[in-house]
Amino acid sequence: MSSRLPVRKTYKLFIGGAFPRSESGRTFEAEGQNVARASRKDARDAVKAARGAFPKWSSATAYNRGQVLYRLAEMMEARSADLAATCSGQAEVEAAIDRVVWYAGWSDKLSQVLGGSNAVAGPYFNFTIPEPTGVVAIVAPDEPALLGLVSRIAPALAGGNAVVVVASETHPLAAIELAEAIATSDLPGGTLNILTGQRAELAPVLAAHMDVNAIDVTGAGEEGVELEVLAADNVKRVVHAGSGQSPWEISAFLELKTVWHPIGP
Amino acid sequence: MADLEKTRVPAPAPLEWEYAPAPESRDVVRFQERYGLFVGGEQVEPLSGEWYSTIEPATEEHLAEVATAREEDIDLAVGSARDGFENGWSKLPGSERAKYIFRIARILLERSREFAVAESLNSGKPIRESRDVDVPIAAAHFFYYAGWADKLEYAFPNRRPQPLGVAGQIIPWNFPLLMLAWKIAPAIACGNTVVLKPSHTTPLTALLFADVCRQAGLPPGVVNIVTGDGRTGAAMVRHPGIDKIAFTGSTGVGKDIQRAVAGTGKRLTLELGGKAANIVFDDCALDQAVEGIINGIYFNQGEVCCAGSRLLVQESIYEQTLSKLKRRMSTLRVGDPLDKNTDVGAINSREQLERIEELVQSGRDEGAEIFQTECVLPDRGFWFAPTVFTNVAQSYRIAQEEIFGPVLSVLTFRTPEEAVEKANNTAYGLSAGVWTEKGSRILWMAERLRAGVVWGNTFNRFDPASPFGGYKESGFGREGGRHGLEAYLRFE
Repeated sequence: MSSRLPVRKTYKLFIGGAFPRSESGRTFEAEGQNVARASRKDARDAVKAARGAFPKWSSATAYNRGQVLYRLAEMMEARSADLAATCSGQAEVEAAIDRVVWYAGWSDKLSQVLGGSNAVAGPYFNFTIPEPTGVVAIVAPDEPALLGLVSRIAPALAGGNAVVVVASETHPLAAIELAEAIATSDLPGGTLNILTGQRAELAPVLAAHMDVNAIDVTGAGEEGVELEVLAADNVKRVVHAGSGQSPWEISAFLELKTVWHPIGP
Repeated sequence: MADLEKTRVPAPAPLEWEYAPAPESRDVVRFQERYGLFVGGEQVEPLSGEWYSTIEPATEEHLAEVATAREEDIDLAVGSARDGFENGWSKLPGSERAKYIFRIARILLERSREFAVAESLNSGKPIRESRDVDVPIAAAHFFYYAGWADKLEYAFPNRRPQPLGVAGQIIPWNFPLLMLAWKIAPAIACGNTVVLKPSHTTPLTALLFADVCRQAGLPPGVVNIVTGDGRTGAAMVRHPGIDKIAFTGSTGVGKDIQRAVAGTGKRLTLELGGKAANIVFDDCALDQAVEGIINGIYFNQGEVCCAGSRLLVQESIYEQTLSKLKRRMSTLRVGDPLDKNTDVGAINSREQLERIEELVQSGRDEGAEIFQTECVLPDRGFWFAPTVFTNVAQSYRIAQEEIFGPVLSVLTFRTPEEAVEKANNTAYGLSAGVWTEKGSRILWMAERLRAGVVWGNTFNRFDPASPFGGYKESGFGREGGRHGLEAYLRFE
C-alpha cells in the first residue's frame, strides 16, 4: 500500500476566468476522459463574460497586452509536459509557445503596420488606426489540437478582442490544459472563454448571437456555410484562417477607424 | 431645461432675403431617348426586352427609357467582363492601366457641368452639391486610384497583390456618380474588370459614364454597366462568374446579400446604413457647430448613409443650440434642384418619401415634438421639409432607425461618458461627429466611438485618400485610401 492514488482532474469549461461545469450538468467522453459538454446557455454566458471583459482588454495599452500574451507563453512553457500529453507532442507545444510569443510582439506594432495618416485636401490631420472588432467567436480546428487552437486565438487576442472559442470536439483536452495556463497568465477573466462540447450545438448559437461581432469558421468544415448564413443576422465579420502566422490573421479581427482632426491656429 | 420647447417660443423669423431664381442651364446635357446596357464597350439592347422610364424626382417628368437587365443579360455582361479580364486588362502593366484611369479623371472634370446637371436632374439633389461635391470628388477618386495602379506592391510589401477577376458592384441612388467612382476606380486600378449596377431610380450618370469610358479608349469589357431593379441585383449576386460583390445600400439588403454569398467563396464588402451621432459640447464654437449640424443632416436631403441624424447636445447649451439651429433652418431654401440658390432638393423617389413620412409619423406617435420650417413645397415631385424632433427617447424609432431623409432627432447629455454611451447605443457604426474646442477631447471621444469615421469639428467630409466604412451593422470593408485597395486584391 505504498503507492499513492493520484488526484484526477475534472475537465471543465473556462468562462469568465472561472472553471464551471456545464450548467446542463452534461459531460461527454473524449480522449478517454469525461469532458464538460457545454449547453447553449453556457455559450450565451460565455458571450456575456466576453462582452464584460472587452472594455478592459481593448483599452489596455498595446504594450501591456503584449506583456500579458508573453506571460501566457511563459506559463505554457512551464506546463509544456502537461500540454504535450494533450496534443501530438513536445514539438507541437514548442511551436504553439513560439507562436504566442510571435503574436505577443505584434500588439504594439499593429497601428504602425496596418494604420497610417492620410493626405486629405483640407486643414485636417486625417489618420486611420486599427481597433479590435469586439467579441469574436472562434470555431477551433479539430487538429492540431493545441497549435490549431493557439493559431486562431493568439491573433484575436493580440488585436485586443475578447474571445469565445469552441474547442476541438475530438481533442478538447489541449484546450482545457491551455485554459489552466491562461488562468495564471494575467489575462483578465472573461477575455478568453473556452467551451467544450458539440460543435454542431454550440457554433450556431454563437454565429446567430447578436452581441458577437465576428466569427472565425476555420474549424467548422461543412457546417461553415450554415454559420455564415446565421452570421448575416447582425452583419458579423466572417473569418477564414489564412496560412500560418501573419499580421493579416490579426487584421481579420480588426476594424479600421478614420479620424478627421481639425488643424487651426 | 427645454423651456424654449415647452413654451413653443417660435424661432426668430427667417431673414427677409429675396432671391431671384438662378437655374443652371439644362442644355448642357442631352439624354438619349433610350439607353441600352453597356456591355463589351457598346450599348446593347437588353435580351430581356424590358425597358422602364427613369424620371426627374423634382417634377416626376420622364427623362429617358432605360433597359432592365435580367439573368441572360447579366450572363452576357459577366462574360464580357471575364473576356476583358483574361484578354488584356489583368495583363496590362499597371502603368498603362493608370493612364487610362487618369484619362477618365480628366474627362470627368472636362464634362463636369454636364454630369452635375444630369445628376441633379435624375437624383433631385441641389446643383450646388452635385457641382461642388459629387462630381469633383468622383473625379478625384479616379485620379487618386490611377496613381495606385502601378504601385500596388508598395502598398502591400511582400504580399504579391493580384486582382480578383470580375467584380459585381451594386450602388445606391443617393450619390450615383460618386458611388460609381468609389467602386470602379479602385477595382480597375487593381486590374479587375467590373459589372456595375446603378440604382433603379438613378441610372443616367452611370450611362453617361459609359461614354466617358468610350472617350478614354478604355478596352471593351473592362467596365460594363447594367441597369434594372432589385431582381437584377439579385441575379448579379447569384451569378457564379462573379468573384467579388461590393454593395452599398440598406442594411436589410446587405444582410440578404451576405446570406446569398455564404459558402460561394465570393469576396464581399458591404457599405450599409447608419444612424450617426453628431455630438456638440458646450465649449464648441456654436455657430460653426450649427453649420455642421445643418450640413450633417440636410446635405443631400439627409439621404446620406453617414448623415448626422442624431444630434447629441450638451444640456447646458441645449436652448441656445436649438434656437440657433431653428433660425438657421428657416433660411434653408427648399426647391428646384437646378437652382443655384437651392440648399435642399427633392427626395429621390415616391417610395423613399413614403418611408420618411412613415417614420416621421412614428416620431409623432411615440411622443416626440416636431419642428418643421415653413416653406412652400412644389405641387409636383417628391418633397419633404427640413424637420427636427425634440423630446426624443433613445428607444424611439426615429432615434434607432435610419430615416434617410431631412429629419434630425435631438437628444441631450451631461458628461462625455454619457455622450459616448448614447452615441454607441445603436446597431450601426458608420460615422460620428464631435464638436469641441478641446483637441484632446476630440481624440478621447474618437477612441471610444464605435464608428468607422469620426469627424472633429466638421461633418460629411470626404476625400479619396481617407478610408470610409462601418463598424457593426454598417458593414465591413473600407473604400478610399490604401485600405480601399484591399477589397479588390488577393495575396499569394
